[in-house]
Amino acid sequence: MNLAVRDIRHSLGRFVLTTIGVGMLLMIVMGMGGIYRGLVDDALVVIRGVGADLWIVQRDTRGPFAEVSRLPRNLVDRVAAVPGVAEPREFVFHTIQREHRGKPLRMGVLGLAWPADKGERLPLVAGRGLAQNHYETIADESLGLSLGEQLRLGKDTYTVVGLTRAMVSSGGDGIACFTSRDAQAIQFDEAGESTRLERQARRARAGEIDFGRTQPSVLERAAGSSRAIAALPGPAVSAVIARVMPAADLDGVLRTFDGWSDVTVYTAAQEEELLLRGTVDRARRQILLFRVLLTVISAVIMALIIYTLTLDKLHPIALLKLIGAPNHVIVGLIMQQSLIMGALAYGVGYLAGKRLFPMFPRRVLVTNDDLLRLGGVVLAISVLASLLGIWKAMRVAPNEAIG
Amino acid sequence: MNATLALETEGLTKVYGRGHTEVVALRDAAIRVRRGEIAALLGPSGAGKSTFLLCVGLINPPTSGRVAIGGRSVLDGPRPLADLRRFRREHIGFVFQKSNLIPFLNAVENVQVVGELVGHRPAAARRRAMELLDALGVGARAFNRPTQLSGGEQQRVTVARALANRPSLILADEPTAALDSVRGRQVMELFRDVAHEHGTGVIVVTHDHRALDVFDTTYGMEDGLLARAPAREKSESR
Repeated sequence: MNLAVRDIRHSLGRFVLTTIGVGMLLMIVMGMGGIYRGLVDDALVVIRGVGADLWIVQRDTRGPFAEVSRLPRNLVDRVAAVPGVAEPREFVFHTIQREHRGKPLRMGVLGLAWPADKGERLPLVAGRGLAQNHYETIADESLGLSLGEQLRLGKDTYTVVGLTRAMVSSGGDGIACFTSRDAQAIQFDEAGESTRLERQARRARAGEIDFGRTQPSVLERAAGSSRAIAALPGPAVSAVIARVMPAADLDGVLRTFDGWSDVTVYTAAQEEELLLRGTVDRARRQILLFRVLLTVISAVIMALIIYTLTLDKLHPIALLKLIGAPNHVIVGLIMQQSLIMGALAYGVGYLAGKRLFPMFPRRVLVTNDDLLRLGGVVLAISVLASLLGIWKAMRVAPNEAIG
Repeated sequence: MNATLALETEGLTKVYGRGHTEVVALRDAAIRVRRGEIAALLGPSGAGKSTFLLCVGLINPPTSGRVAIGGRSVLDGPRPLADLRRFRREHIGFVFQKSNLIPFLNAVENVQVVGELVGHRPAAARRRAMELLDALGVGARAFNRPTQLSGGEQQRVTVARALANRPSLILADEPTAALDSVRGRQVMELFRDVAHEHGTGVIVVTHDHRALDVFDTTYGMEDGLLARAPAREKSESR
């Protein structure tokens, strides 16, 4: 006869309510883990999505995700000349927040190296890849844009031609992919007045030097488009990414880049590590601490509930001792209740999470490994929670059943 | 020790406290109850009756003296000569003033649990529990919780539970205190039948002098001293 189940049946209402409460707590523990996993997964989406083996960034910086990295565009040509390197591409990535349909629209802008990269690697759920060098974008569905929708960014209007799923930045913003030219145009877009003032300032500076005063064409050039001035650099890219040829020696390629004093090169694994240890690390540790706290709180609540349930049946326990029930029967009664509560609460947490997590603004990624680990933790806290009740039950004397 | 005796005690003494707080609750008590015998234990409150039951029930060991149950020595002073809890489980049945049923078990489960504790399979323990409840006239209430039973029914279930392990000795502490006189007498007669039919030694602590005719032997207790009451008292009480 299972005494634990019969006692639960006897005080079913309280047991069910408590189990639901603990289940909700466990759901939050599960959710915190899922938020962390989602954070990491989101952070790695871009790195894994572009499929690069090498990340070439500004010297002594930690890459485009950790800090600002600016490289000249023509670095792509230099990288292409390195033996063993294939498909070098510009990498442009930045975050913007604009107004769209009267609401703020925050997005990560990812530049694709047109025409080599038209977005074929992206996880498209609707539409197509980029078909022209300008004015098209592939947006993540989390941005709420629809196919064919027009998006005004800077001075240009872009049409949404494709939709992706789960393409978000480490900050949780949906990513929109443009050609790298368009991505830079969006990044470096300036107001007309700002351009006019900059040109005026350049003309004034040119007029202050002899060369400018004696050469009218210099003044004209200074007051014109910056693209026409050879001395001024073109828009910078965040990084250059490249593949390593299958037969090439990665160490050999890296040794070649070691000789370049203007760049630092990371492998894809190193770049992932930098991202996780840098940008995401603090959030990860915060979530971890929060999870630990919630787990401890769950354990304390379970212990108190099991203890209270034990207090309620001290008389039956004394009676069981009086009629000669061995300790393992009494320990089993309490521990089984704790384990049943833990198992049911875990189930409640899992089912509630399954329904609620998709409504969260950020992705909550609950993996089977995490579920198994949490199951182990719940098992442990169920056992620990029962110890207080067991301790109390062991102190009950059989003659208390008589008094 | 005599195997025909359900209970035998010698020099049973229980002292609570020390020095100026010392109280002698039981003094040199000696008793012999045969198998199949039902004995009443009378005495005013504070006489030491409950202490005596706790000592021979192996719940609160005596300070000195010996206890043998079913022919086996189990206590030599406070020193146990057997696993006391196991011995209680297998050889002693308890019935108390309050019905003392487990509230989260129904009537049959309250009886069945004892059978399972002594190692019977659940089906066999349940069968015996049902037989006992039927025999005690509460078979129809087998699936009711204690709160759904009357005082008399609860006491019958308690008696059934006390019998479930086929004990050598049943100890009953004022089992009819919560019952009216008719029900009280019925319970006392039930104990007598149990003692005679099952060959169990039964000791009943009672204040109810109206039912003394039910008992084979009567003991009196005062200030911790246990003495067999004269046969005259017993016949008078009838």
